Amino acid sequence: MSSVVKVTRRDFVKVSSAASLGLILAAELPSVVGAESSATAAAPLGPFVQVSPDGQITIWVHKSEMGQGVRTTLPMIVAEELDAEWSRVRIRQSDLDSRFGSQGTGGSSSVRTTWMPLRKTGATARAMLVAAAAAGWSVEPATCQTDAGMITHVPTGRRVSYGEVAKVAATLPVPADVSVKAPASFRIIGRKKVERLDNIDIVRGRGRFGIDSHLAGMLYAVVLRSPVFGGTVVSVDDKKARSVPGVRTIVRIEARGSDLPWNGVAVVATSTWAAMKGRDALKVQWDEGTRATESSASLSDLMAEIVSKPGRAIRHEGNADDVLAAAAQRIEATYEVPYLAHATMEPMNCTAHATPRSLELWAPTQFADWAASTCGHALGLSPEQVKVHVTLLGGGFGRRANPDFALEASLISKAAGAPVKVQWTREDDMQHDFYRPASMHKLTAALGKDGKPVAWRHRLVSPSIDAYMHGTDAKNIQESEMDGAGDLRQRIPNLRVDYAYADSGVPRGWWRSVANSGNTFVVQSFFDELAHAAGKDPVAYQLALLGDAPVASGQGEARDYPFNSGRMRRVIELAAEKGGWSQARAAGRFLGFAAEYSFLTYVAEIAEVSVADDGTPRVHRVVAAVDCGTPVNPDGVAAQIEGGINFGLTAALKGRISLNNGRVEQSNFHDYELLRMNEAPKIEVHIVPSDELPTGTGEPGLPPLAPAVCNAIFAATGKRVRRLPIDAADIRKG
Amino acid sequence: MTTIDVNGKPHTVGQAGETPLLWVLRDGLGLTGTKFGCGMGLCGACTVHLDGEPVRSCVTPLREVKAKKITTIEGLSPAGNHPLQMAWIAGNVPQCGYCQAGQLMSAAALLRKHPNPSDEQIDEAMSGNLCRCGTYQRVRAAIHVAASGGEK
Repeated sequence: MSSVVKVTRRDFVKVSSAASLGLILAAELPSVVGAESSATAAAPLGPFVQVSPDGQITIWVHKSEMGQGVRTTLPMIVAEELDAEWSRVRIRQSDLDSRFGSQGTGGSSSVRTTWMPLRKTGATARAMLVAAAAAGWSVEPATCQTDAGMITHVPTGRRVSYGEVAKVAATLPVPADVSVKAPASFRIIGRKKVERLDNIDIVRGRGRFGIDSHLAGMLYAVVLRSPVFGGTVVSVDDKKARSVPGVRTIVRIEARGSDLPWNGVAVVATSTWAAMKGRDALKVQWDEGTRATESSASLSDLMAEIVSKPGRAIRHEGNADDVLAAAAQRIEATYEVPYLAHATMEPMNCTAHATPRSLELWAPTQFADWAASTCGHALGLSPEQVKVHVTLLGGGFGRRANPDFALEASLISKAAGAPVKVQWTREDDMQHDFYRPASMHKLTAALGKDGKPVAWRHRLVSPSIDAYMHGTDAKNIQESEMDGAGDLRQRIPNLRVDYAYADSGVPRGWWRSVANSGNTFVVQSFFDELAHAAGKDPVAYQLALLGDAPVASGQGEARDYPFNSGRMRRVIELAAEKGGWSQARAAGRFLGFAAEYSFLTYVAEIAEVSVADDGTPRVHRVVAAVDCGTPVNPDGVAAQIEGGINFGLTAALKGRISLNNGRVEQSNFHDYELLRMNEAPKIEVHIVPSDELPTGTGEPGLPPLAPAVCNAIFAATGKRVRRLPIDAADIRKG
Repeated sequence: MTTIDVNGKPHTVGQAGETPLLWVLRDGLGLTGTKFGCGMGLCGACTVHLDGEPVRSCVTPLREVKAKKITTIEGLSPAGNHPLQMAWIAGNVPQCGYCQAGQLMSAAALLRKHPNPSDEQIDEAMSGNLCRCGTYQRVRAAIHVAASGGEK
């Protein structure tokens, strides 16, 4: 029996051909699941899905849950094809396991990249359950149907539950290939409202986040990190710190490039509070290094100088320079956006247990794979010696991609010779982030007789993420910076988009929607400027630039998910219709529009704004239209777009990380404010029905928000916001 | 040693009187539903009830809670089915969920004072609770649902 299982499971690899997931199922089946014929033993049909004899379905989730809902949405895909009874579905978080392929979670990619493998997994499991039932009845599997965890032999009406045939199914050969459902027969995918599986625990305080990890004999640590990026420890006076009750030891931590940019001194104690008190008593003398003179003003000055000259042309079509030089009238504007912190509600933390031959992590990480390889390498361990348990993440937004907090915890545990939970305070988190890069943009355009742009030149200057991660000499350091600027789909005959690097000592990282977060603000604001200069309606103006034919271009994803101007047009028209663009506005209310295609998802937004006499804007309502292909979990899509809008609104109204003397000036929520309940707009999300391949929604709701709001402010006041965050003083009336 | 009343049960704890209640609950008693967010009373993630009133446990020293009844998210309702908890589940309020214990504790205190709160009263009671995922609209809707006796 077991040998059959083993051999045939390997076939499953071939079934799930789409690389990342397929491999897993085969190799790893416990050789005899259910074969020991214990009545309670479960009968796994692969590590992704298990049907227990009592009918419970367990689905493993191999991506990190940070609020985007993967722990509900991915199981929905499996359950759909399995024809499971949704109320019997339970989830388990996968530990790091190379057989799952990449467990990295980011780029709004989880649904998109697992869509077909998960469907095939569910369909294969279903086929095996049907085969088991059919064999029991001595009938053809094709004469059986499934529905909500039950198998029916159609001609005779005999019925059996999945649980009843689960163990037999586990002994059957895995089918060489299976077909997946036609979208018309979906009953879980696309269901209007599915209750999130995690919420039962969360509302009772039982969700286990990284910060909630606890091990027997565990110690607690906080770290004093260099206040200036790149600063090093000259000397440590820890006499007082060591005398704080509960403090066990003091550990120096050396930075390791961009994996762990922080030199620091850790205080290890018997409780979090004791560690914090110990840190308060620590005296460290720092060599502040070469970055101690950087300030926001110095970076702005540097970017202004660089942006005044041509950079490297990243995209060059026609001859924008000549056309602009010859134009009777040019429209020109300079935009700037600041560094931003992620400020996840759960400050960074990680629990590590290092021994000479092993490392075990309990980590709220978006990239368990990256954390494991970095930490294992630093500790001289082989991949098999490193184990990662992925906890719930109290927000990610890109911050928890980096392995720094896991590596720091690993080094501290090793030095302390005990399991250690390293807890960052809010101040630590705010001042030691991988920040959304600041950037400056100079745009110049000329319009034709019809008002459409005949030439567009965009010079983009930033300290790039890729330059930070891979060094300024690395090739293509602009790649992390161009989305939303270098990939314009609007039809403009003469187009030039330049990039130039501005040096900065500030660590840079991926922040929700990455380059689109700033570039879409710039580009969609500038299109609004052009529309007004041409005397055109901003929505009609952008629709006219879309062209008619779908634009298929590029490689990889751009080829598999070609930009479709018809889909873009549809979300713009839907947002305009639902947002009342063509209707009379209430007194004192003004509308702004913006749209963007980011992470392969189409979003258009209309913001309804009023501006007080002192210039303070108030966003009352945001209407979003989204086309994300097949909306697997529509209420989850709506939640992500709502979240992206509020995240974008925080950035537009309040977000700014500033530097002085090489130090981040903000430290907590009093000086890095987040949007609050009394400021949150009413948000409506309209999802375009679609059978197209699903695409992500964690990020695409964000980019259009700032330009929609700022374009509404222009409609209200005639003042153009070209620098974020919005400053009321700049837009005060009169 | 100090004895405190948490969720109706006495607990004896050894921390110094200056220790914030938050860390007594989390590290001392293993009641991890109450979350650390800012340490300055700015975000509301650590909200618990002291004699029914919402307080930020990160800035409430142990010595100030000795004679009071402390309620945490784990003790909000015996079966975990407070009308707000049910409305939160039905409305898919949480995203990452980290701030939601604090949101629920603030909302529960609001409903005790105003069983049928207006939007203005919700703003006033809830604006001290930050949510980085941006669930505010659903928090508001779920409070209204709970106040009106559950989802219709």
